[in-house]
Amino acid sequence: MDTFSKRKFIVAGIMLAIGAIFILRLFSIQITNKTYKQFATRNVLRRITVFPARGYILDRNEKLMVYNKAAYDLMIIPRETKAFDTLELCRIVQLERQDLRDAIRKAKQYSKYKPSIIAGQISPDVYAPLQEKLYKYPGFFVQTRTLREYPSKSAAQALGFVGEVNQKIVDTDHYYQSGDYIGVSGLEKAYEKELRGIKGVRNSMVDVHNRVKGKYNEGAEDTTAVLGQNLITGFDKDLQAYAELLMTNKRGAIVAIEPSTGEIMLMVSAPSYDPNLLVGRQRSTNYSILDRDSINKPMWNRAIIGRYPPGSTFKLANALIALEEHAISPSDRFSCAGKVNSPIKCTHSHVSPLAIREGIRESCNSFFWNTFRQIMSHKSNSAESYQTWRDYITSFGFGTKLNPELSSEVKGNIPEVALYDKWYTPGHWNSMTIRSLAIGQGEIEATPLQMVNLVAMIANRGFYIEPHIVRAIQDVNREVRLLQYEKREVNIRPENFSIVIGGMQAVIEETKLQYTVKNEKFIICGKTGTVQNPHGADHSAFVGFAPRDNPKIAIAVFIENAGFGATYAAPIAGLLMEKFLNDSIAPKRKELEQKLIETDLLNVVEVKKKL
Amino acid sequence: MEKKNNVWENVDWITIGIYLAMMFIGWINIYAAVYNEEHKSIFDMTQVYGKQLMWIGAAVFIAVLMINTDSKFFVTFAFPIYIAITFLLILVPFIGTTINGAKSWIQIGSFSLQPSEFMKMATSLALARYISSYNFKMHSWKSMATLAGILFIPVGLIFLQNDTGSAIVFGVFLLVLYREGLNGIVLFFSFLIVLVFILTMILDPFITILILTVAAFIINYLMKKKWQRTVIAISVFVGVFTFFYLLNYFLQGTVDPLYFLMFAALVTCTVFFIWAMVLKKRSLAILIGIYFGSVLFSVSVDYVFHNIMEEHQRNRINELLGIQSDIHGTGYHVNQSKIAIGSGGLFGKGFLQGTQTKFDFVPEQSTDFIFCTVGEEWGFLGTTTVVCLFLGLLMRIIFLAERNRSRFSRVYGYCVAVILFFHFAVNIGMTIGLAPVIGIPLPFFSYGGSSLWSFTVLLFVFIRLDASRFEQLSF
Repeated sequence: MDTFSKRKFIVAGIMLAIGAIFILRLFSIQITNKTYKQFATRNVLRRITVFPARGYILDRNEKLMVYNKAAYDLMIIPRETKAFDTLELCRIVQLERQDLRDAIRKAKQYSKYKPSIIAGQISPDVYAPLQEKLYKYPGFFVQTRTLREYPSKSAAQALGFVGEVNQKIVDTDHYYQSGDYIGVSGLEKAYEKELRGIKGVRNSMVDVHNRVKGKYNEGAEDTTAVLGQNLITGFDKDLQAYAELLMTNKRGAIVAIEPSTGEIMLMVSAPSYDPNLLVGRQRSTNYSILDRDSINKPMWNRAIIGRYPPGSTFKLANALIALEEHAISPSDRFSCAGKVNSPIKCTHSHVSPLAIREGIRESCNSFFWNTFRQIMSHKSNSAESYQTWRDYITSFGFGTKLNPELSSEVKGNIPEVALYDKWYTPGHWNSMTIRSLAIGQGEIEATPLQMVNLVAMIANRGFYIEPHIVRAIQDVNREVRLLQYEKREVNIRPENFSIVIGGMQAVIEETKLQYTVKNEKFIICGKTGTVQNPHGADHSAFVGFAPRDNPKIAIAVFIENAGFGATYAAPIAGLLMEKFLNDSIAPKRKELEQKLIETDLLNVVEVKKKL
Repeated sequence: MEKKNNVWENVDWITIGIYLAMMFIGWINIYAAVYNEEHKSIFDMTQVYGKQLMWIGAAVFIAVLMINTDSKFFVTFAFPIYIAITFLLILVPFIGTTINGAKSWIQIGSFSLQPSEFMKMATSLALARYISSYNFKMHSWKSMATLAGILFIPVGLIFLQNDTGSAIVFGVFLLVLYREGLNGIVLFFSFLIVLVFILTMILDPFITILILTVAAFIINYLMKKKWQRTVIAISVFVGVFTFFYLLNYFLQGTVDPLYFLMFAALVTCTVFFIWAMVLKKRSLAILIGIYFGSVLFSVSVDYVFHNIMEEHQRNRINELLGIQSDIHGTGYHVNQSKIAIGSGGLFGKGFLQGTQTKFDFVPEQSTDFIFCTVGEEWGFLGTTTVVCLFLGLLMRIIFLAERNRSRFSRVYGYCVAVILFFHFAVNIGMTIGLAPVIGIPLPFFSYGGSSLWSFTVLLFVFIRLDASRFEQLSF
């Protein structure tokens, strides 16, 4: 009757087979395969990085040198975008249409699911209208960041700047992610770990429209951001600004140290730049402009990378060594034939013969040639004598990196015995061969920092503390942690310092510097230098400290191609010491101050000096 | 009164139990799918879940109405019902409203009804009525033509309303015809054609031909278990393909590798077909014929689709297979759906705890993708429970259909089973990535009054017929 009755099994079998396939498939995706669970988490989980504000940089009086301002990054999650009015968005965030397209393309290449920056560091005035329109642009959101702000435009090179991390750092240091900021140079780089704080993470759940719907896992995996720590430096912000004013239209460097602590009070490298240029969206453009300026080299910190022959200022070191080694006695006199003196002529006119005090005062080349010759013949042979001399010089801080913070610092150069042995063969050189060292010329190279450190050591009568910028770290709770720096003793007896310091005081008070540098309220000790160099006119140099007893400031001033040390470097140092110690410039020196500020030494026609 | 009591005693309570359980599970999952902090009550009538409760109430009322209707009514009025709803379908383009791009709804007050949903029931009645007539002979031309007419009138009308998903449901009636004596070869070829068509559209002809070739080799091996013949065939095929492929590569030609694949198939088929004819191996010749026919079909589908069809026709097919309706790119919906189900694990995340569900990652979650909520919040236990409920219901209906002596009831019962089966297979299949995304609801689960009521009518007409299994249903 019903011949096809058995077909019910086939129909039922098809249904059961499909059901069985479904159950197998469900078993596979729900139990065996774990990736769907990860995808589900990735779907709803939005890791929002909370960027802490970077620490401030304060000066010695806790005045702000660097602080932060708010900025906003426009972010994109490519997967969540829909078609939108590109023109309007470009207009709001002030971006070229092509740039926006490129940025979106790059973001897509990076990840369709993870946020990327489309336009970084949007200012608050641009952010306000953007925020109102943001609902029109699904897939876009704004992340709050902080940018550096420099209330005065000072100390650009020493403070350094902040930039985006490069891929190499992202690959090696897991703290950083693409788009994060990092200190690139100066203190920003040296104290990156302290300044940056610790990033926080907020794990939120979002819906398909990327709207935050609440905490993920009740916030169990969230971490709070820790604010960056503040740096309290030894800088004197006002003095720094004043020094930069004095260096207007000049090329060179000034460094000042507080001798008793080794704190660097000011560090000028001129020409400089406004640090605010390296902040925000124009940073990379401005950076390449500054970086390409091969004439002014504004990014160079000449105070630590300028390799200058120290010139006559170096005579102080030679004087100390000669006295300590008993190569000369304080009463030894040497004669000087002035411009016809041999082997080194002396350009200064003065009494002859003269002893050490007058030798320093007059910067007599003949005196220091004889002194150096005594040092070099003090031991059994020249090499041994030179080695002794060199040991003293390096103990003063020459030929080594002094500052533990700034990575770009150079060592300078104090030649080793081996170099002269190589040049002249061993035993075939002597004081005569290397006579330039007697007056701080020749192969010697020193940075302004090393020169000021020499004076600080003299001011301290026998020791110096590693010159450093940062005095202390101030944490979030405003608790201050003082940093420890090494104190280095120098093997010179106090009475020898007295003799040299006496000469330095005479430099200020008994030469024509008494009209420009000498101060009525405190005693200044110093030494000028007129540095011959292969790059053109002589550099004008001065090192000194004040007050003579219980010194508060040691300073070195190098002005490139400015001629005599007494003309520019010494008065500038004098004004800075007066400003620091007296807080103001005496009226009688106002005219000098004005003249120095107005002097333009960048654009002088170079007059080749006859040697 | 006595008759009525009689009916209630004879209805199949197991089926009704499964039906109620499904509606209940569907309802709480709709609640979870669109759960909203501001409207926490599941009875909130302003929300989808509150409304669904209303639809369920109405469905129960309709069910009772059906059971209280005389079973002879359905037999007698099978054709008039079919004609009436067909008429409604014809009217839809003129008086209908457009919802979700398909102009297939009739607005009555605040309700929207979809005549195409009820057309399934009407067609089932008409089929049952025609097949159970005395002069019905499956393979007579007249019967075939009439059956085709009963099936193609609604399919054509529904297709015209842009509701392709509902239209293809009618294909499943082939299973009923098969049960009633349709030659199995028809079923086999229909299946093959649909399979090759879907493979060609979703993948591409190249991969489809590869799959067909591998299948042919396997079947060839299984037929005689002689691996030598298979190995020779594979060698010829691969050899011809590789030769032309490398030739093209070295001559830096730009010929589509699809042609080499076709050529390899052609060469292999010709060689073996001649061989089969010479040695009078009939089964091998048939296999080669079917294989080569499928390859040609796949290639021509691809050619027709890309070169002959108009843009809007292509869109229609893409829409049907869920290729283009995907706004986020290929596979986004299915992917999100699989993520939601897969993240449920063994026990699920718990009621109202599904993150994918709550945060709208899966589209259409209260309607077509309701199964995702089950998967995410109730896990593997929940999904297998639902699958088993369906299988249980289908088996129960087939069992009931088979125990009816009346051919009308049996055919109608099979119609109910295969319609529910098709929705079950395609809907759950698409949520777990085993079927194309065709927007058809999961019976008794998905949100929506129109579909719930039509399935209720469909099922309860059968329960009513089954309750009268001891009566002689005559016309």
